Amino acid sequence: MTTSITTKDLAKRVVNHEKTLILDVRNTDEFDNWKIEGGNVEVINEPYFNLLDGIEPVSGKLGKDQEVIVVCAKGGSSQMVAELLEEEGGFTNVLNLEGGMKAWSEHLEPVKIGDLKDGGSLYQFVRLGKGCLSYLVESDGEAAIIDTNRMIDIYESFAKEKGIQIKHLIDTHLHADHISGGRDLAGKVGGTYHLPPKDAAEVTFDYAALEEGNDIVVGNTKVKVQPIYSPGHTIGSTSLIIDDQYLLTGDILFVKSIGRPDLAGKAEDWVSDLRDSLYKRYKELSEDLIVLPAHYSFAEELGKGGSVSARLGDLYQQNEGLQVEDEEVFRKMVTENLPPQPNAYQEIRETNMGKITPEDDKQKEMETGPNRCAVHG
Amino acid sequence: MSITANEVLDAKGLACPMPIVKTKKAITNLEAGQVIEVQATDKGSTADMKAWAESTGNQYLGTIEDGDVLKHYLRKASDIEEKAETKYEDVLNLDELRNKVDGEESISVLDVRESAEYAFGHIPGAVNIPLGELEERFEELNKDEEIHVICRTGSRSDLAAQKLSEKGFKHVKNVVPGMSSWEGQTEGNQ
Repeated sequence: MTTSITTKDLAKRVVNHEKTLILDVRNTDEFDNWKIEGGNVEVINEPYFNLLDGIEPVSGKLGKDQEVIVVCAKGGSSQMVAELLEEEGGFTNVLNLEGGMKAWSEHLEPVKIGDLKDGGSLYQFVRLGKGCLSYLVESDGEAAIIDTNRMIDIYESFAKEKGIQIKHLIDTHLHADHISGGRDLAGKVGGTYHLPPKDAAEVTFDYAALEEGNDIVVGNTKVKVQPIYSPGHTIGSTSLIIDDQYLLTGDILFVKSIGRPDLAGKAEDWVSDLRDSLYKRYKELSEDLIVLPAHYSFAEELGKGGSVSARLGDLYQQNEGLQVEDEEVFRKMVTENLPPQPNAYQEIRETNMGKITPEDDKQKEMETGPNRCAVHG
Repeated sequence: MSITANEVLDAKGLACPMPIVKTKKAITNLEAGQVIEVQATDKGSTADMKAWAESTGNQYLGTIEDGDVLKHYLRKASDIEEKAETKYEDVLNLDELRNKVDGEESISVLDVRESAEYAFGHIPGAVNIPLGELEERFEELNKDEEIHVICRTGSRSDLAAQKLSEKGFKHVKNVVPGMSSWEGQTEGNQ
């Protein structure tokens, strides 16, 4: 019987940069589209169906006593391959990733970003399998969650463990790459769901308007969450300054890239908004703010302990998306040769508007694959 | 459109890797060139069938969604077909056929591939009589018409053209190489 490893244990290894060898047995198209990356991970691909007549295609590439983690879409094929490696190849150190890439896509790894000035802390929830980042601000027994992912039980048990009450669920914009858990979680815990009104034109539910001037307070007026209108990825995109220290940029600015303006079909209309937000509005803010985006695209963006962040002033020096002087060049960069759009992004937007309510399995399927919300300069 | 297969494999309710494992087993019992229909409910099976067929040299024909059931059609690889020399002399290449198809006059195209192959893409207006059924069904065709016989690679159509000629058809052309290289219009389930 093959030993298995949970997504939780694998996530710990990735964020701790432990040396990890993965054999991904999905078909090569799926592998090329999306795979486990980050930290000190080495991954090789050989589809399971090429191993049915024997393990020769991989046996030469792997040492018999080397630790190998076998991964597939849902965990069934990797289980079979792990058994083949043990029984036919005499491999001694094979692990099967429980639940496969489907489970990996759902894992959230909480990483503490820092303490807040008047007590309380900020956590980043890293979705390693998809590159989504969400945040939890806690102070004085209360919490706000920003850009909540679909797996709301993870935030709930985190809050329960810390003995805090979730009060505010905030989405920086209407997401197109993942299904927001904000509204569901607000309903469940009796919290308030905040969404920028300009992104909410077509939504079917009630929400609190996330707008400049409407500051949100977490825990007895101690922590200020200050909305800054920063359109461009969507027309409503709103950033948040938390505790005068952190700038949550949503999908406008990432560590190594910038947001793409085309996911609602309005690239041409929104280019100048995007440019204004990045080259004017953010420039007026303190350079010492720590940028915390809603996504990352490259494994190397994962920093110490698995967190993703950068100083705003440093990004103005290093992020290629912020170095484009010429407006026309910028326009071209963000409207032409864009990466493919995220899987099922139209359906995901409609789900986030409340227009459709797909079943759980369907929701999981809609979210598979990378986030693809960025333009890489 | 009804699609007939030589074998139907029920892999409904089975999760990956079982649909492929079962298909691999079932296809060994087929004769070269025969078609299997695999019924599966695992959504990932479509991409895997395609990739598996490619890596084993079998032909992935296509998939039809029937409610929750995915019906995958595959055709067992046939070495003879890939290498066979053609004997029938009156041949027509694809460009010439395409000019005729795109032209004003209606022409008669006989597609002798299996019905499943035909179902997933054929020349508009083409009539389908699989090679194996030609002996019983040749009378459906008009002897006085010019008949353009096509298959996937030109070898089954070569045999069909010879057969029709034996039966007294005088205006038969074998189209080479066949649908595998056809770039004109097609119709059918895509």
